[in-house]
Amino acid sequence: MSDPDAKPASTLRMSRTVYEQIRAHGEETYPHECCGALLGHATAAGWQVESAIRAGNTRTDSAHNRYEIAPLELVKIERKARKQGLGIAGFYHSHPDHPAQWSQTDFADAHWLGCSYVITEVAQGTAAVTHSFRLAGSTEEDKRFENEAIVVEDGKNS
Amino acid sequence: MTIFIPTPLRPYAAGKDAVEADATTVAGALEALTLDYPDLRKHLFTGEGKVRAFVNLYLNDEDVRYLPAKEATGVTASDTLSIIPSIAGGD
Repeated sequence: MSDPDAKPASTLRMSRTVYEQIRAHGEETYPHECCGALLGHATAAGWQVESAIRAGNTRTDSAHNRYEIAPLELVKIERKARKQGLGIAGFYHSHPDHPAQWSQTDFADAHWLGCSYVITEVAQGTAAVTHSFRLAGSTEEDKRFENEAIVVEDGKNS
Repeated sequence: MTIFIPTPLRPYAAGKDAVEADATTVAGALEALTLDYPDLRKHLFTGEGKVRAFVNLYLNDEDVRYLPAKEATGVTASDTLSIIPSIAGGD
């Protein structure tokens, strides 16, 4: 469990372009959840994101409040990342008309330790707050979400 | 065969993103992998030795769960095995 008021323990950096792509995806799929992967490099302070890759939401049964990325799609995304010399830095999804805070479902289904989980609140079709949480801990049993600061780098392309 | 290691498990595989394993089956490849990198074992398997429910294994483009012989499926040196933890959630 993370304290919503806790000081961010790490930093997620990305260009303005990538940041806006993530938020635009949430607006496009509203009232359904969008999802995708973030590719980048690890730094001492956190992930440096280089690109955001859109993925399909396979939870068509409950797309307004659930998301899931097909593992095969992720296998293919990872192959592509590897060729570019990048790694999977994390994932993003939207919360249609729901705060940009992780839910119990998000926590239970989060398994990529050390990766960043970005959530955008989409209020009435418009992207509102975007937050990031790093899945900290060393095992499934001691995992926890920690608040992470998002640093949007203006003036840097892609 | 080549086993691709996902980002969260690389710290337990000496930082490698891919590992070569000499094996004839998927199960044998996982055994070889965890013999070389024992710290991976608790991340991949339950206490009973079963692959954890959220860990997806893809032999090339096939989900190992849906292969007729599952983890006993034969592999060759040119095959790839991707370990992909599941991605899901929601509000």
